[in-house]
Amino acid sequence: MNRPRLVDGARLQYDDVREEHLLLIPEGAVRLNATAAQVLELCDGERSLEEIAAALSQRYAGADVADDVREMLGGMGERGLVVDAAA
Amino acid sequence: MPPPRPYTLVAELSYQCPLHCPYCSNPVDIAGDRYRAELETEHWTRVFREARALGVVQLALTGGEPMLRRDLDELVAAGRAGGLYSTLVTAGTLLTRERAERLKEAGLDHVQVSIQSPDPEENDRIAGIRSFEKKIAAARAARELGFPLTINCVLHRQNLDQIEEILLLTEELGAQRLELANTQYYGWAVLNQQALIPTRAQLERGEEAVQRFRARVGPRITVLWVLPDYYEDLPKPCMGGWGRSTIVVAPNGEALPCQAAATIPGVEFPNVRDHSLNWIWNASDAFTRFRGTDWMQEPCRSCPLGRQEEDWGGCRCQALRLTGDAAATDPVCKFSSHHDTVVGAREAAQTDELTYRTMRRQAGV
Repeated sequence: MNRPRLVDGARLQYDDVREEHLLLIPEGAVRLNATAAQVLELCDGERSLEEIAAALSQRYAGADVADDVREMLGGMGERGLVVDAAA
Repeated sequence: MPPPRPYTLVAELSYQCPLHCPYCSNPVDIAGDRYRAELETEHWTRVFREARALGVVQLALTGGEPMLRRDLDELVAAGRAGGLYSTLVTAGTLLTRERAERLKEAGLDHVQVSIQSPDPEENDRIAGIRSFEKKIAAARAARELGFPLTINCVLHRQNLDQIEEILLLTEELGAQRLELANTQYYGWAVLNQQALIPTRAQLERGEEAVQRFRARVGPRITVLWVLPDYYEDLPKPCMGGWGRSTIVVAPNGEALPCQAAATIPGVEFPNVRDHSLNWIWNASDAFTRFRGTDWMQEPCRSCPLGRQEEDWGGCRCQALRLTGDAAATDPVCKFSSHHDTVVGAREAAQTDELTYRTMRRQAGV
Protein backbone atom coordinates (compact mmCIF):
# COMPACT_ATOMS: atom_id res chain seq x y z
CA MET A 1 0.00 0.00 0.00
CA ASN A 2 1.70 3.18 -1.18
CA ARG A 3 -0.73 6.03 -0.60
CA PRO A 4 -3.42 4.81 1.75
CA ARG A 5 -6.84 6.39 2.06
CA LEU A 6 -10.02 5.43 3.85
CA VAL A 7 -12.37 3.25 1.81
CA ASP A 8 -15.32 5.08 0.19
CA GLY A 9 -17.83 6.13 2.81
CA ALA A 10 -15.65 5.59 5.89
CA ARG A 11 -15.67 8.57 8.23
CA LEU A 12 -13.59 9.32 11.33
CA GLN A 13 -15.54 10.69 14.24
CA TYR A 14 -14.88 11.33 17.89
CA ASP A 15 -17.77 9.90 19.91
CA ASP A 16 -18.23 12.36 22.74
CA VAL A 17 -20.78 10.07 24.41
CA ARG A 18 -18.45 7.07 24.69
CA GLU A 19 -15.37 9.31 24.71
CA GLU A 20 -13.55 7.33 22.07
CA HIS A 21 -12.54 7.61 18.43
CA LEU A 22 -14.64 5.70 15.91
CA LEU A 23 -14.21 4.86 12.27
CA LEU A 24 -17.77 4.90 10.99
CA ILE A 25 -18.43 2.61 8.04
CA PRO A 26 -21.60 1.41 6.35
CA GLU A 27 -23.69 -0.09 9.14
CA GLY A 28 -20.77 -0.45 11.51
CA ALA A 29 -18.23 1.31 13.70
CA VAL A 30 -14.62 0.40 14.46
CA ARG A 31 -13.31 1.56 17.83
CA LEU A 32 -9.92 3.23 17.58
CA ASN A 33 -7.31 4.22 20.10
CA ALA A 34 -6.01 7.77 19.85
CA THR A 35 -2.88 6.78 17.90
CA ALA A 36 -4.83 4.77 15.34
CA ALA A 37 -7.14 7.75 14.86
CA GLN A 38 -4.13 10.01 14.27
CA VAL A 39 -2.72 7.62 11.68
CA LEU A 40 -6.04 7.38 9.84
CA GLU A 41 -6.38 11.16 9.82
CA LEU A 42 -3.14 11.25 7.85
CA CYS A 43 -4.39 8.72 5.28
CA ASP A 44 -5.52 11.21 2.64
CA GLY A 45 -4.48 9.28 -0.45
CA GLU A 46 -1.68 11.83 -1.02
CA ARG A 47 0.83 11.00 1.69
CA SER A 48 2.97 7.89 1.31
CA LEU A 49 3.33 5.36 4.11
CA GLU A 50 6.76 6.83 4.89
CA GLU A 51 5.38 10.35 5.08
CA ILE A 52 2.61 9.22 7.40
CA ALA A 53 5.12 7.48 9.67
CA ALA A 54 7.37 10.57 9.65
CA ALA A 55 4.51 12.91 10.51
CA LEU A 56 3.47 10.68 13.38
CA SER A 57 7.03 10.28 14.59
CA GLN A 58 7.29 14.06 14.96
CA ARG A 59 4.35 14.01 17.35
CA TYR A 60 6.06 11.33 19.45
CA ALA A 61 9.44 12.97 19.93
CA GLY A 62 11.07 11.27 16.99
CA ALA A 63 10.19 7.70 18.01
CA ASP A 64 10.48 5.13 15.23
CA VAL A 65 6.88 4.25 14.46
CA ALA A 66 7.25 3.06 10.86
CA ASP A 67 6.75 -0.65 11.65
CA ASP A 68 3.75 0.06 13.86
CA VAL A 69 2.14 2.23 11.21
CA ARG A 70 2.75 -0.36 8.51
CA GLU A 71 1.32 -3.12 10.67
CA MET A 72 -1.74 -1.14 11.63
CA LEU A 73 -2.54 -0.05 8.08
CA GLY A 74 -1.88 -3.58 6.84
CA GLY A 75 -4.49 -4.87 9.26
CA MET A 76 -6.92 -2.15 8.24
CA GLY A 77 -6.29 -3.03 4.58
CA GLU A 78 -7.05 -6.70 5.20
CA ARG A 79 -10.38 -5.66 6.65
CA GLY A 80 -11.14 -3.48 3.64
CA LEU A 81 -11.16 -0.26 5.70
CA VAL A 82 -8.13 1.33 4.07
CA VAL A 83 -7.29 1.11 0.38
CA ASP A 84 -4.46 2.28 -1.83
CA ALA A 85 -5.33 5.55 -3.56
CA ALA A 86 -3.89 4.25 -6.83
CA ALA A 87 -5.99 1.06 -6.79
CA MET B 1 -25.82 -2.57 36.07
CA PRO B 2 -26.57 0.33 33.73
CA PRO B 3 -28.04 -0.69 30.37
CA PRO B 4 -25.68 -0.84 27.40
CA ARG B 5 -25.55 2.12 25.03
CA PRO B 6 -27.45 1.76 21.74
CA TYR B 7 -25.52 1.92 18.47
CA THR B 8 -28.30 1.98 15.89
CA LEU B 9 -31.51 3.86 15.30
CA VAL B 10 -33.78 2.26 12.73
CA ALA B 11 -36.04 5.06 11.54
CA GLU B 12 -39.00 3.58 9.69
CA LEU B 13 -40.06 6.80 8.00
CA SER B 14 -43.14 5.49 6.19
CA TYR B 15 -44.82 2.17 5.56
CA GLN B 16 -45.89 3.38 2.10
CA CYS B 17 -44.01 1.43 -0.57
CA PRO B 18 -44.34 0.93 -4.32
CA LEU B 19 -43.24 -2.70 -3.95
CA HIS B 20 -45.31 -5.62 -2.71
CA CYS B 21 -42.67 -8.08 -1.51
CA PRO B 22 -44.31 -11.15 0.01
CA TYR B 23 -41.54 -11.48 2.64
CA CYS B 24 -41.86 -7.92 3.96
CA SER B 25 -41.16 -7.74 7.69
CA ASN B 26 -43.48 -4.77 8.18
CA PRO B 27 -46.59 -5.48 10.23
CA VAL B 28 -49.51 -7.00 8.29
CA ASP B 29 -51.81 -4.28 9.66
CA ILE B 30 -49.89 -1.40 8.03
CA ALA B 31 -53.14 -0.21 6.44
CA GLY B 32 -54.88 0.00 9.81
CA ASP B 33 -55.62 2.98 12.03
CA ARG B 34 -52.57 2.30 14.23
CA TYR B 35 -50.24 3.52 11.50
CA ARG B 36 -52.35 6.27 9.96
CA ALA B 37 -50.54 9.30 11.41
CA GLU B 38 -46.84 9.55 10.52
CA LEU B 39 -44.40 11.56 12.62
CA GLU B 40 -43.69 15.17 11.66
CA THR B 41 -40.25 16.41 10.62
CA GLU B 42 -39.70 17.98 14.05
CA HIS B 43 -40.37 14.70 15.82
CA TRP B 44 -37.72 12.93 13.79
CA THR B 45 -35.07 15.63 14.15
CA ARG B 46 -35.57 15.58 17.94
CA VAL B 47 -35.37 11.78 17.97
CA PHE B 48 -32.08 11.94 16.02
CA ARG B 49 -30.59 14.36 18.58
CA GLU B 50 -31.77 12.27 21.51
CA ALA B 51 -30.45 9.11 19.86
CA ARG B 52 -26.96 10.58 19.49
CA ALA B 53 -26.99 11.71 23.13
CA LEU B 54 -27.73 8.10 24.11
CA GLY B 55 -24.77 6.87 22.06
CA VAL B 56 -26.33 5.98 18.69
CA VAL B 57 -23.93 6.36 15.76
CA GLN B 58 -25.76 4.54 12.96
CA LEU B 59 -28.99 5.84 11.47
CA ALA B 60 -30.95 3.59 9.09
CA LEU B 61 -33.54 5.52 7.12
CA THR B 62 -35.96 2.85 6.06
CA GLY B 63 -39.64 2.02 5.75
CA GLY B 64 -41.57 0.97 3.67
CA GLU B 65 -39.90 3.23 1.19
CA PRO B 66 -38.12 6.18 2.84
CA MET B 67 -37.88 8.01 -0.52
CA LEU B 68 -41.60 8.68 -0.23
CA ARG B 69 -41.02 11.10 2.67
CA ARG B 70 -41.18 14.59 1.20
CA ASP B 71 -38.81 15.90 3.90
CA LEU B 72 -36.17 13.23 3.33
CA ASP B 73 -33.40 15.71 2.39
CA GLU B 74 -34.12 17.64 5.56
CA LEU B 75 -34.07 14.48 7.70
CA VAL B 76 -30.75 13.40 6.15
CA ALA B 77 -29.26 16.80 6.91
CA ALA B 78 -30.52 16.61 10.49
CA GLY B 79 -28.93 13.20 10.93
CA ARG B 80 -25.60 14.45 9.63
CA ALA B 81 -25.70 17.59 11.76
CA GLY B 82 -26.42 15.40 14.77
CA GLY B 83 -23.30 13.29 14.17
CA LEU B 84 -25.03 10.17 12.86
CA TYR B 85 -23.79 7.96 10.02
CA SER B 86 -26.78 7.58 7.75
CA THR B 87 -27.88 4.78 5.47
CA LEU B 88 -30.75 5.05 3.02
CA VAL B 89 -32.42 1.64 2.80
CA THR B 90 -34.37 1.85 -0.43
CA ALA B 91 -36.02 -0.25 -3.09
CA GLY B 92 -34.33 2.13 -5.52
CA THR B 93 -37.26 2.81 -7.85
CA LEU B 94 -37.42 6.49 -6.86
CA LEU B 95 -33.69 7.09 -6.47
CA THR B 96 -32.93 8.99 -9.67
CA ARG B 97 -29.51 10.52 -10.24
CA GLU B 98 -30.95 13.94 -9.45
CA ARG B 99 -32.43 12.85 -6.12
CA ALA B 100 -29.26 10.98 -5.23
CA GLU B 101 -27.26 14.18 -5.82
CA ARG B 102 -29.53 16.12 -3.47
CA LEU B 103 -29.17 13.45 -0.79
CA LYS B 104 -25.40 13.55 -1.20
CA GLU B 105 -25.44 17.30 -0.68
CA ALA B 106 -27.61 16.86 2.39
CA GLY B 107 -24.94 14.59 3.89
CA LEU B 108 -26.19 11.04 3.29
CA ASP B 109 -23.35 8.58 3.94
CA HIS B 110 -24.41 5.26 2.43
CA VAL B 111 -26.99 3.77 0.09
CA GLN B 112 -28.48 0.31 0.35
CA VAL B 113 -30.56 -0.88 -2.62
CA SER B 114 -32.68 -4.01 -2.51
CA ILE B 115 -33.06 -6.43 -5.35
CA GLN B 116 -35.49 -9.32 -5.32
CA SER B 117 -33.66 -11.43 -7.91
CA PRO B 118 -30.75 -10.94 -10.35
CA ASP B 119 -33.15 -11.91 -13.14
CA PRO B 120 -35.22 -8.89 -14.26
CA GLU B 121 -38.46 -10.78 -14.78
CA GLU B 122 -38.12 -12.75 -11.57
CA ASN B 123 -37.27 -9.56 -9.68
CA ASP B 124 -40.41 -7.90 -10.94
CA ARG B 125 -42.57 -10.93 -10.21
CA ILE B 126 -41.38 -11.19 -6.59
CA ALA B 127 -41.59 -7.42 -6.03
CA GLY B 128 -45.08 -7.43 -7.53
CA ILE B 129 -44.17 -4.45 -9.72
CA ARG B 130 -41.88 -3.63 -12.63
CA SER B 131 -38.80 -2.29 -10.87
CA PHE B 132 -35.57 -4.08 -11.81
CA GLU B 133 -34.24 -1.56 -14.32
CA LYS B 134 -34.83 1.38 -11.99
CA LYS B 135 -33.07 -0.44 -9.16
CA ILE B 136 -30.00 -1.05 -11.28
CA ALA B 137 -30.00 2.57 -12.45
CA ALA B 138 -30.26 3.71 -8.81
CA ALA B 139 -27.33 1.52 -7.78
CA ARG B 140 -25.20 2.88 -10.63
CA ALA B 141 -26.13 6.49 -9.83
CA ALA B 142 -25.15 5.95 -6.19
CA ARG B 143 -21.74 4.62 -7.19
CA GLU B 144 -21.14 7.39 -9.72
CA LEU B 145 -21.69 9.89 -6.93
CA GLY B 146 -19.17 8.10 -4.72
CA PHE B 147 -21.61 6.62 -2.25
CA PRO B 148 -20.57 3.32 -0.73
CA LEU B 149 -23.20 0.86 -1.94
CA THR B 150 -24.79 -2.14 -0.29
CA ILE B 151 -26.95 -4.52 -2.30
CA ASN B 152 -29.51 -6.31 -0.23
CA CYS B 153 -31.32 -9.42 -1.37
CA VAL B 154 -33.70 -11.30 0.89
CA LEU B 155 -33.29 -14.99 0.16
CA HIS B 156 -35.95 -17.68 0.00
CA ARG B 157 -36.82 -20.81 -1.91
CA GLN B 158 -37.72 -18.91 -5.08
CA ASN B 159 -34.39 -17.07 -5.52
CA LEU B 160 -31.77 -19.03 -3.57
CA ASP B 161 -30.73 -20.95 -6.68
CA GLN B 162 -29.64 -17.67 -8.32
CA ILE B 163 -27.09 -16.81 -5.68
CA GLU B 164 -24.12 -16.97 -8.08
CA GLU B 165 -25.81 -14.39 -10.30
CA ILE B 166 -26.59 -12.18 -7.30
CA LEU B 167 -22.91 -12.23 -6.31
CA LEU B 168 -21.77 -11.38 -9.84
CA LEU B 169 -24.28 -8.56 -10.19
CA THR B 170 -23.10 -7.09 -6.89
CA GLU B 171 -19.52 -7.16 -8.10
CA GLU B 172 -20.43 -5.67 -11.46
CA LEU B 173 -22.30 -2.79 -9.75
CA GLY B 174 -19.21 -1.92 -7.69
CA ALA B 175 -20.92 -2.51 -4.36
CA GLN B 176 -18.89 -2.65 -1.17
CA ARG B 177 -21.32 -4.87 0.72
CA LEU B 178 -23.89 -7.52 -0.04
CA GLU B 179 -26.50 -8.50 2.50
CA LEU B 180 -27.89 -11.93 1.85
CA ALA B 181 -30.54 -12.20 4.50
CA ASN B 182 -32.43 -15.43 4.55
CA THR B 183 -36.09 -14.65 5.11
CA GLN B 184 -37.16 -14.28 8.69
CA TYR B 185 -40.73 -15.26 9.32
CA TYR B 186 -42.36 -12.11 10.63
CA GLY B 187 -44.98 -9.83 9.17
CA TRP B 188 -45.96 -10.73 5.63
CA ALA B 189 -43.41 -13.53 5.46
CA VAL B 190 -45.51 -15.57 7.89
CA LEU B 191 -48.37 -15.58 5.38
CA ASN B 192 -45.96 -16.88 2.74
CA GLN B 193 -43.86 -19.25 4.79
CA GLN B 194 -44.73 -22.30 2.71
CA ALA B 195 -43.76 -20.54 -0.52
CA LEU B 196 -40.53 -19.11 0.93
CA ILE B 197 -38.95 -21.73 3.17
CA PRO B 198 -35.89 -23.14 1.40
CA THR B 199 -34.59 -26.67 1.27
CA ARG B 200 -31.47 -27.66 3.15
CA ALA B 201 -29.72 -28.44 -0.15
CA GLN B 202 -30.44 -24.92 -1.45
CA LEU B 203 -29.00 -23.37 1.70
CA GLU B 204 -25.88 -25.51 1.53
CA ARG B 205 -25.26 -24.62 -2.12
CA GLY B 206 -25.89 -20.96 -1.34
CA GLU B 207 -23.45 -20.88 1.53
CA GLU B 208 -20.80 -22.64 -0.55
CA ALA B 209 -21.20 -20.07 -3.31
CA VAL B 210 -20.75 -17.28 -0.76
CA GLN B 211 -17.59 -18.89 0.57
CA ARG B 212 -16.08 -19.27 -2.91
CA PHE B 213 -16.92 -15.64 -3.67
CA ARG B 214 -15.35 -14.40 -0.43
CA ALA B 215 -12.19 -16.33 -1.17
CA ARG B 216 -11.99 -14.83 -4.67
CA VAL B 217 -12.75 -11.13 -4.02
CA GLY B 218 -11.28 -10.75 -0.52
CA PRO B 219 -12.07 -7.67 1.59
CA ARG B 220 -13.17 -5.58 -1.42
CA ILE B 221 -16.75 -6.81 -0.97
CA THR B 222 -18.16 -7.82 2.39
CA VAL B 223 -20.82 -10.49 2.06
CA LEU B 224 -23.17 -10.84 4.98
CA TRP B 225 -24.90 -14.19 5.16
CA VAL B 226 -27.78 -14.01 7.61
CA LEU B 227 -28.56 -17.53 8.79
CA PRO B 228 -31.97 -18.89 7.90
CA ASP B 229 -34.63 -19.39 10.50
CA TYR B 230 -35.60 -23.00 11.16
CA TYR B 231 -32.37 -24.61 9.98
CA GLU B 232 -30.40 -24.09 13.16
CA ASP B 233 -30.26 -25.96 16.45
CA LEU B 234 -29.21 -22.98 18.54
CA PRO B 235 -30.87 -19.56 18.37
CA LYS B 236 -29.22 -16.42 17.07
CA PRO B 237 -28.84 -13.39 19.32
CA CYS B 238 -31.85 -11.63 17.85
CA MET B 239 -31.11 -7.87 17.51
CA GLY B 240 -27.92 -8.55 19.48
CA GLY B 241 -30.17 -9.01 22.50
CA TRP B 242 -33.39 -7.23 23.45
CA GLY B 243 -32.76 -3.55 24.12
CA ARG B 244 -28.97 -3.89 23.83
CA SER B 245 -27.97 -2.13 20.62
CA THR B 246 -30.95 -1.01 18.55
CA ILE B 247 -33.95 1.27 18.75
CA VAL B 248 -36.61 1.00 16.08
CA VAL B 249 -39.04 3.87 15.64
CA ALA B 250 -42.09 3.05 13.52
CA PRO B 251 -43.70 5.66 11.21
CA ASN B 252 -46.36 6.36 13.85
CA GLY B 253 -43.74 7.09 16.52
CA GLU B 254 -43.88 3.83 18.45
CA ALA B 255 -40.45 2.82 19.73
CA LEU B 256 -39.63 -0.89 19.59
CA PRO B 257 -36.61 -3.05 20.39
CA CYS B 258 -37.02 -4.82 17.04
CA GLN B 259 -39.04 -4.39 13.85
CA ALA B 260 -41.35 -7.31 14.61
CA ALA B 261 -41.98 -6.58 18.28
CA ALA B 262 -45.33 -4.89 17.65
CA THR B 263 -46.86 -8.37 17.45
CA ILE B 264 -46.14 -9.08 21.12
CA PRO B 265 -49.37 -8.72 23.09
CA GLY B 266 -49.44 -7.09 26.49
CA VAL B 267 -46.46 -4.83 25.81
CA GLU B 268 -47.27 -1.16 25.45
CA PHE B 269 -44.75 0.41 23.11
CA PRO B 270 -43.97 3.98 24.11
CA ASN B 271 -44.42 6.71 21.53
CA VAL B 272 -41.67 9.26 20.85
CA ARG B 273 -44.39 11.91 20.69
CA ASP B 274 -44.98 11.40 24.43
CA HIS B 275 -41.62 10.30 25.82
CA SER B 276 -37.93 11.10 25.49
CA LEU B 277 -35.77 8.44 23.89
CA ASN B 278 -33.70 8.43 27.07
CA TRP B 279 -36.70 7.33 29.15
CA ILE B 280 -37.77 4.86 26.48
CA TRP B 281 -34.35 3.20 26.39
CA ASN B 282 -33.55 3.26 30.08
CA ALA B 283 -36.86 2.96 31.87
CA SER B 284 -39.78 1.88 29.68
CA ASP B 285 -41.31 -1.53 30.28
CA ALA B 286 -41.07 -2.30 26.56
CA PHE B 287 -37.27 -1.96 26.44
CA THR B 288 -36.46 -3.44 29.86
CA ARG B 289 -38.83 -6.41 29.87
CA PHE B 290 -36.52 -8.89 28.10
CA ARG B 291 -33.22 -7.05 28.59
CA GLY B 292 -30.41 -9.01 30.19
CA THR B 293 -31.05 -12.47 31.62
CA ASP B 294 -33.27 -12.05 34.71
CA TRP B 295 -36.50 -12.63 32.75
CA MET B 296 -35.39 -16.00 31.38
CA GLN B 297 -37.27 -19.23 32.00
CA GLU B 298 -35.99 -22.77 31.72
CA PRO B 299 -34.20 -24.13 29.78
CA CYS B 300 -32.45 -20.77 29.25
CA ARG B 301 -32.09 -20.12 32.97
CA SER B 302 -29.81 -23.12 33.42
CA CYS B 303 -28.55 -23.33 29.83
CA PRO B 304 -26.26 -26.38 29.58
CA LEU B 305 -24.08 -24.44 27.11
CA GLY B 306 -23.96 -21.27 29.20
CA ARG B 307 -25.14 -19.23 26.21
CA GLN B 308 -27.42 -16.81 28.08
CA GLU B 309 -25.24 -13.81 27.27
CA GLU B 310 -24.36 -15.11 23.83
CA ASP B 311 -27.78 -15.60 22.25
CA TRP B 312 -29.84 -13.75 24.90
CA GLY B 313 -32.53 -16.41 24.64
CA GLY B 314 -32.98 -15.91 20.90
CA CYS B 315 -35.95 -14.17 19.34
CA ARG B 316 -38.94 -13.10 21.45
CA CYS B 317 -41.28 -12.82 18.48
CA GLN B 318 -40.41 -16.31 17.27
CA ALA B 319 -40.91 -17.68 20.79
CA LEU B 320 -44.32 -16.04 20.88
CA ARG B 321 -45.38 -17.29 17.49
CA LEU B 322 -44.31 -20.89 17.99
CA THR B 323 -45.03 -21.37 21.71
CA GLY B 324 -47.61 -18.69 22.52
CA ASP B 325 -45.28 -17.22 25.18
CA ALA B 326 -42.94 -14.34 24.31
CA ALA B 327 -40.81 -15.13 27.39
CA ALA B 328 -40.16 -18.74 26.39
CA THR B 329 -36.88 -20.03 24.99
CA ASP B 330 -36.70 -19.52 21.23
CA PRO B 331 -37.82 -22.92 19.88
CA VAL B 332 -34.96 -22.88 17.38
CA CYS B 333 -32.97 -24.05 20.41
CA LYS B 334 -32.61 -27.82 20.55
CA PHE B 335 -33.19 -27.68 24.32
CA SER B 336 -36.64 -26.10 23.88
CA SER B 337 -39.54 -28.49 24.42
CA HIS B 338 -41.11 -26.82 21.35
CA HIS B 339 -38.16 -27.51 19.04
CA ASP B 340 -40.37 -29.94 17.08
CA THR B 341 -42.36 -26.94 15.74
CA VAL B 342 -39.18 -25.74 14.02
CA VAL B 343 -38.27 -29.16 12.67
CA GLY B 344 -41.85 -29.55 11.42
CA ALA B 345 -41.77 -26.22 9.57
CA ARG B 346 -38.87 -27.44 7.43
CA GLU B 347 -41.00 -30.28 6.15
CA ALA B 348 -44.27 -28.42 5.71
CA ALA B 349 -46.14 -28.79 2.42
CA GLN B 350 -44.90 -26.27 -0.11
CA THR B 351 -46.54 -23.98 -2.60
CA ASP B 352 -45.31 -21.38 -5.07
CA GLU B 353 -48.25 -19.06 -4.56
CA LEU B 354 -47.42 -15.68 -3.03
CA THR B 355 -49.55 -13.33 -0.97
CA TYR B 356 -48.35 -9.84 -1.80
CA ARG B 357 -47.86 -7.00 0.68
CA THR B 358 -50.46 -4.31 0.20
CA MET B 359 -51.59 -1.12 1.91
CA ARG B 360 -55.10 -1.63 0.61
CA ARG B 361 -57.46 -2.25 3.46
CA GLN B 362 -58.44 -5.84 3.68
CA ALA B 363 -61.69 -7.19 5.00
CA GLY B 364 -61.58 -7.31 8.77
CA VAL B 365 -58.47 -5.11 9.11
